[in-house]
Amino acid sequence: MLRALTAAAAVFVLGAGVAFAAGKAEHPHDHAFSFDSPVGSYDMAAVQRGFQVYQQVCASCHSMDHLSYRHLGEQGGPFAAYMVRSHDTGEMEMVVRRPEHGGTFVDVTENPWVRQIASEQTITAVDPNSGQLTDRPGRISDRFRRPFPNEIAARASNGGAYPVDLSVITSARHGGADYIYALLTGYTGESQGLLYENPYFPGHLIAMPPPLGEGVVPYTDPNTPQTVEQYAADVTHFLQWAADPHMEERKRLGIVVLGFLLVLTALLYFAYKQVWRNESH
Amino acid sequence: MAEAAGDAHAGDESTRRDFIFIAAGSAAAVGAAATIWPFINQMNPAADTRALSTTEVDLSAVELGQQIKVMWQGKPVFVRHRTAEEIAAAQRDDFANLKDPQADADRLIQEDGQAGQPEWIVLQASCTHLGCVPTFAEGSAFGGWFCPCHGSDYDTSGRIRRGPAPRNLDIAPYVFTGPTAIRIG
Amino acid sequence: MSGPSTYEPKTAFTRWLDRRLPIVRLGYDSFVAYPTPRNLNYWWTFGAMLSLCLVVQIITGVVLAMHYVPHIDMAFASVQRIERDVPFGWLIQNMHAVGASMFFLAVYIHMFRGLYYGSYKAPRELLWILGCVIYLLMVATAFLGYTLPWGQMSFWGATVITNLLGALPLIGEPIKNWLMGGFSVDQPTLNRFFSLHYLLPFVIAGVVALHVWALHEAGQNNPAGVDVKSKADTVPFTPHATMKDLFAMGLFLILFATFIFYMPDALGHADNFIPANPLQTPPEIVPEWYLLPFYAILRAIDFNIGPIDSKLGGVLAMFAAIGVLFILPWLDTSRVRSMRYRPIARQFFLIFVVVCIFLGWCGGQNPGNILAKAGPFSATLEWVEGGTVSQAPIQAAGESQWQEAADTAEAAAREQGATMTAVNRTGASTGSLRTVAGGAVQSRVVTAETVDALETAIGAAKVEVGQAAPFFTVERRLPPTFTVTNLSQVLTLYYFLFFLVILPLLGLREKPGRVPDTIAKPVIDGKAQGAS
Repeated sequence: MLRALTAAAAVFVLGAGVAFAAGKAEHPHDHAFSFDSPVGSYDMAAVQRGFQVYQQVCASCHSMDHLSYRHLGEQGGPFAAYMVRSHDTGEMEMVVRRPEHGGTFVDVTENPWVRQIASEQTITAVDPNSGQLTDRPGRISDRFRRPFPNEIAARASNGGAYPVDLSVITSARHGGADYIYALLTGYTGESQGLLYENPYFPGHLIAMPPPLGEGVVPYTDPNTPQTVEQYAADVTHFLQWAADPHMEERKRLGIVVLGFLLVLTALLYFAYKQVWRNESH
Repeated sequence: MAEAAGDAHAGDESTRRDFIFIAAGSAAAVGAAATIWPFINQMNPAADTRALSTTEVDLSAVELGQQIKVMWQGKPVFVRHRTAEEIAAAQRDDFANLKDPQADADRLIQEDGQAGQPEWIVLQASCTHLGCVPTFAEGSAFGGWFCPCHGSDYDTSGRIRRGPAPRNLDIAPYVFTGPTAIRIG
Repeated sequence: MSGPSTYEPKTAFTRWLDRRLPIVRLGYDSFVAYPTPRNLNYWWTFGAMLSLCLVVQIITGVVLAMHYVPHIDMAFASVQRIERDVPFGWLIQNMHAVGASMFFLAVYIHMFRGLYYGSYKAPRELLWILGCVIYLLMVATAFLGYTLPWGQMSFWGATVITNLLGALPLIGEPIKNWLMGGFSVDQPTLNRFFSLHYLLPFVIAGVVALHVWALHEAGQNNPAGVDVKSKADTVPFTPHATMKDLFAMGLFLILFATFIFYMPDALGHADNFIPANPLQTPPEIVPEWYLLPFYAILRAIDFNIGPIDSKLGGVLAMFAAIGVLFILPWLDTSRVRSMRYRPIARQFFLIFVVVCIFLGWCGGQNPGNILAKAGPFSATLEWVEGGTVSQAPIQAAGESQWQEAADTAEAAAREQGATMTAVNRTGASTGSLRTVAGGAVQSRVVTAETVDALETAIGAAKVEVGQAAPFFTVERRLPPTFTVTNLSQVLTLYYFLFFLVILPLLGLREKPGRVPDTIAKPVIDGKAQGAS
């Protein structure tokens, strides 16, 4: 009996191990993001830091084809600039955060931060004078620089694996932001050949090496910890914004529309009752 | 609907009824009007189109007496490297009988208010009549641009001199970003 | 039913117009003076909701077409551009996508209402059939539209559905290629799907006009299911029905707006945010929620029926599930319209609604998922520890004699005292017999929850025993299971039984409850009871 039991236990353990290697991805646990609730908004400082992480880590392999640099400075973007009156001097000044009240939005074509970010990029494009592909500094209307000219080149440089486009990645994965965060922080440290173990990835083996490490991206703000968890949370925040840049506007407008519809429906209800008050039905 | 005439509360009743109907009707009208706005606004230039509003042009390859055509906001723009004769002709005609009087120097002013350089003129290449692209010199009695569609004739400063066009060729908003480089828009 | 027109033009202009184009009269007779049964409940407001949905879909669709590019390289990006850059594009795109779901939600409620209150019975057969035509057109339009964003689900959904047509014998393949404009879903397919997706809503609008015309000719059915007999049975459409419809529409819009602003992607699928890739199928392909019941019926037929293979069978069953609705007016033999007075039919109807919901659930599940099984899957492994292994060839006279030769050799080995034997066939009539003499027979039982897990466990056990055993005999015990497919089969059976057997037979045998003489009567009686 004991023998049978141990045998069964051994089978169970082995079975579980095999199931682990071939089976379903682990369900990502809930990570608290500021955009989760129906009235939640983006933490723009986190989105800015997340953009930095994307630029310095992810962008060497992953494209974001549907975003242009100008998107960063449009209304609801992490680098949107506003003219506000300074508390100290009383002068109008341009700031790169959403003012708590007041402030006039500065059109993205006038936004120095976004111009700066774009001009730091080297974009390969057709030169209008020579007709040849040449490198030039980026403009705000340029799309995010692609690390590889096409999928074949991307696969060739990554051992056959294709680093997916990240423009809408949080929409394109079950679990959304929670999944991305879990994946980035879920590496077990084991690897099999060129594949790395990660229980959140379907099949548990992912071709992407652990991208984040302690201190790999230097943050300017000394109060923000430079840990894998912080980097992962920030870059996830950025990717969520990238996939759903109008979320704040959507939620704000939603409150107005729903409030209006509630009032209208109540009025319609009374009107309906009024019409039918002398009719039996 | 006929109300019971003898009802003592008929007045109150009908006021209350009218209020509800008017309130519901107004609310519905406001809602409908507000709903229309997104459907109208969506046809305005989208964000990507609006951001394409600047064009950088390198002028170093444009010889004296030549002009290049560049695209800005989807429309052609002439950048002309004028010769001394063209400049002289343009300045001489500042006081001619002009349909749309404007001095040549005023037509060279950059977007930031700085004076331009007489050798370089940056014009929107669409005839102010009906939008065709004028050609330089061919057919022009004033040594400037001539519109093949309806015969509008512009001088070397792009001022309308003859023909149906009502205004001078528009100046494209530009600034010099270097000795031989400009940014349009 | 409409009776003579009561419209009287009041001004000189309307009199002038009425002589030449009596459009105001038409509107007045159809939507103002039109006599409406006074007992209509909220289930009757969904017709108005559907008109609203159609208008919303057409307006938002026309707007989206101004920005959408029907090209395989640009379609996905153009949708992204709509969401990001077009002013209010995100709002209009959400309205259109959520609107499709709301449209189907409303149409299903509308159809179930018609089913319950017998709105398909004489004289409303054509009204019902026109409704079925509209529904069919809606399904086609929704399918075409789902292809346009050119995500993974778009592409593979289009591939799977066009392949359904390939199931038809002889003509299937040519029709499929004709529809796709090639041999796979590609640029020509996307281009024509866009064109047709733009066309069909206007066809729907045309059939809706016929539907409304037929409605005004036959008059509205009502919860009591009795005909309108006098003026006391009705109220004028405006303001009575209009106000009720408007109020219900307000509630409907609140639900609609909640989805648009707070859950725009909840009804969609994450895979459609991945651009179409003809080289890779997503792990699971499911249609939008509103087509899941039919998808379940399609997959329920996993067996051949005589000359009809399972693929064609599934396709036929799926189309029959919609087709049966067209002949429903002649399947239901009951003389009583409303199920309010048909206590037994009502039970069957409620079961039918539940069956449809569960079919939808099944359509979203992996068909092989096991819902119940008679016991765990298990296998017994036997091997010999110790002993000597020997091997001898088996040569049969021919292929047909192989089994006999193998059995004889095995029996002979056993007779000579072999502890265990195993036959290994290497050719049509050749093989080898491995025997173990001496040693002790060992055995082990492994169990698992699924067949795959069982095979894994068997493999693991073999590895564990390893070199100690020269070979194994494995006896698998797979108890009968009840999978999602089996459930779909049961539900599909009920779906068709309900229409083809229950309704025809029940109508002849059921003893209905007492049907009121007029619409007004129970209303007034009810009031009297309430007062006492």
